[in-house]
Parts: sequence; structure tokens; C-alpha cells
Amino acid sequence: MFDAFGQIVRKDLLGAFRQQSDILNPIWFFVIVVTLFPLGIGTDPALLARIAPGIIWVAALLAALLSFERLFKDDYIDGSLEQMMLAPHSLTWLVCAKVFTHWLLTGLPILLVSPLLAIFLSLEENTFWALFLTLLIGTPILSLLGAIGVALTIGLRKGGVLLSLIMLPLSIPILIFSTMAIDAASFGQPYLGLLALLGAMLVGAITLAPFAIAASLRVSVS
Amino acid sequence: MWKWLHPYAKAEKSYALSGKLMPWFLVIAVPTFFVGIIWGLAFAPADYQQGDSFRIIYIHVPAAMMAMGAYSTMAIAAFIGLVWQIRLAEMTVAATAPIGAVYTFIALFTGAAWGKPMWGAWWVWDARLTSELILLFVYLGIIALYNAFSDKILAGRAASILTLVGVINLPIIHFSVVWWNTLHQGATITKFDQPSMATEMLIPLLIMIVSFASFLGFMILYRFRNEILQRESHRPWVIALVKQSLKNNKRG
Repeated sequence: MFDAFGQIVRKDLLGAFRQQSDILNPIWFFVIVVTLFPLGIGTDPALLARIAPGIIWVAALLAALLSFERLFKDDYIDGSLEQMMLAPHSLTWLVCAKVFTHWLLTGLPILLVSPLLAIFLSLEENTFWALFLTLLIGTPILSLLGAIGVALTIGLRKGGVLLSLIMLPLSIPILIFSTMAIDAASFGQPYLGLLALLGAMLVGAITLAPFAIAASLRVSVS
Repeated sequence: MWKWLHPYAKAEKSYALSGKLMPWFLVIAVPTFFVGIIWGLAFAPADYQQGDSFRIIYIHVPAAMMAMGAYSTMAIAAFIGLVWQIRLAEMTVAATAPIGAVYTFIALFTGAAWGKPMWGAWWVWDARLTSELILLFVYLGIIALYNAFSDKILAGRAASILTLVGVINLPIIHFSVVWWNTLHQGATITKFDQPSMATEMLIPLLIMIVSFASFLGFMILYRFRNEILQRESHRPWVIALVKQSLKNNKRG
């Protein structure tokens, strides 16, 4: 069972490293969107620090949205998704491997570039750590929620816009809690409680989302 | 109980049953609407703080309640459809979504019209308003997903899954925005102790809620019947039905 998990992770990572632009493009997009805001709104450091949490989180949401295309599309086109369904392991479990790899390839790079953005938006250190922690907990939830949307829309010819219509409203709570935590940190207030709530949402998503993803895939691929 | 319930998994039976029930919902909905709206708008006492503009509550509150009610209906139907593989339940999801979206829109619109004189703004980013707006987005997502599939059986399944995902998310959205910030007044009727509303104001409101609820029931059945006819249009019983009604039209 863990063998199958590892195999899928390895295959996806290999595929991604052979097509590196697929990993890099959403990250560039993320960085560029964030740089647009200081240019559009003004470069006052106090203002930037105030709106930074919102900017970074909205940009992360959009970047995640761009990267979802890759999650099941290739497997769907070349038929390996059907093979996954026929495999002796439960689809729910295999789907976990896919989502985990997706997070490694999109969520993790966003975490890695976040110090750069903290400098761009003149965040203080305390605020930066809050941002880092919310991204650490929040991006896996985004991957899980997005995977449901992708699984529902994969069989459709024009799934792209539909995916954002489905996924963005569902990800609003993560956005709200994360920006609340970062705001609290920027005012020097404790934010562990909000992180705990995000963590609870992550646990809930890990428990329930794989079932929804597997069920949606069965609807889409039939 | 199951023996009694089972025949209604067949489209034909359920079509007949919903046809029998439909007029009753209308019989309840129409008189209660007129009684409630006239009582509420003309005879209920004016509010001591908000004056006459509080009267929009007689549309706003029932619409908001039914927006949620329609979603619960969809969620229950989606669950039944997915667990017991009953296609008619999935049709109910598809039939209910647009009605729920319209109720949500009415609640938002009347809320905005009420907010203007009371809060001085058409829109504030308040907890209730925001979660209602997101509810509207979720409804629209479900409708869009349903329409995107050309195979309506798959469409019903996909919409059901999305409905259930949304149902987990809605309370989270609700509480997240409640903790976020709030300006909207608290619940007035559904509190466990005595309602914080004068009885003369409350009675027409309750009548309006009954009216909106039965109209919701009527609309769901109406659209459900259409959905059945559309999907089963190749079945002999539908063809026979259409022929019958054509004959009746010629006579009349």
C-alpha cells in the first residue's frame, strides 16, 4: 500500500522535473502578481505591510488555481487515471498520493519564496512567521479542495473557468482565517488559536476530501 | 416503510405523486402570502427604532430562511442520491439549485435595500451578508457544473458531490465570517427563549415563512416534474402522457 503511494509520488515528481516549466510557471505568476500590487497601489511601506496578508493569500490562491490543471489532466489524457482506478489499491489512497505530490510541487515552492515577498512588502519578522505558518497549514487545504474541483471538471472541455467558480468560494474560509492570523500577528496579538482552527480544517480536509475526490473521479471518468 | 417508499424511486410513480401534491403547496402558499403581506405591510405596528422600513423583514427573513432551506433540501437529496444511488434524488438537487439561488438573491437584494436606510450603505462586509453572498456563489457553481455536463446522469452525480462538499463548508464560512466582524442584528425568531419580537409583528412573519416555504415546495416539485419529463422523454409512459395531453388540448 505504501509502495503504491511511493510509486505515484516518484512518478509525478520525475515527470515534473523533466518538465520544469510546469513547476516554475505558477511560482513566477505568484511573484509577479504580488509585485503588481506595490506598483498599482503605491509603495508606502506602512500601507504595504497593512495589506500584505491579503495580497499574498489572494496571489497564492490564484497561483494554486493555475497549477491545478496539471493535477489529473495528463493522467486523464494518457489513460493512467483509469489504470489507477483499476489498481488493487483503493482510489482514495492513491488520490492522497497525487494531492501530496501536487502540494510538494506547488505549495512548498510558495513557502520557499515567501521570505522574498516579505521583503518586497516590508513585513516584520513576527508577521512573516505568521504568514509562513498560515501558508504551511493553508496550502495543503487548498490542494485538497482544488483536487475536488479538478476531479469534478476533468472530463469537461471547458473546465478551467468552472474550476475557479467551484473552488474559489469554497476556499474563502482559509483566506479569512489566514489573514486574520497574520493581522493579529502584525498587531502583536496571539494568533495560535487561529492557527489551531486552520489546523482543524486541514485535519478535516485530509480526512474527508480524498473520498470526495475519488467519488468525483469516478463520475468524471466513466 | 421501505416497501412503501420503494415504488417512488421509479420516475413514473414519483411524477404522479408530485403532481398530486403540487396543488396543495400552492393552495397553502397563495392565501398565506396575501394574508401575511397585507397584515405585515399595512396592519403590523411600526418599529419604535426603525419605523416603517422594518417591514421589509416580511420578505427578507423568509427568503433568507428558504435560501438555507433549499440548500438543506439539496444536501439531503444529494446524500440520498449518492448513497442509495437513486437518480431521482439527484434530479431534485438539480431542480432545487436555481430556486435556492433566486431566494438567496432576493434575500441579498432586500437586505441591501434595508441596509441603506438603517446602516447608511447598500453593502457592508458583514458576517451574514458575506456568508449569504458566498452561498449564492456556491449555488451558481453547482448550477454551472450541472449545465457543463452533456450527460445529465453524470451531471446530477457531480452536482450532488459538490453540494455535499459545500454543506461541510457552509458552517465554516458562516462561523468564520461571524468571528470576522458583524453588524447584522442577531437571530430574532430561532432563539430558544422568548422571541425578541412583539407578537403582533411576529405572527405575520411566521405566516410569510409558511408561505415562502410552501412556495419553495411547489417550485421544487414543478421543476422536478419538468426534469423527469426531459430526462425520460424517450420512455413510453412520457410519450403516452404527451399524446394524452395533446388530445385533451384539441378537445378543449
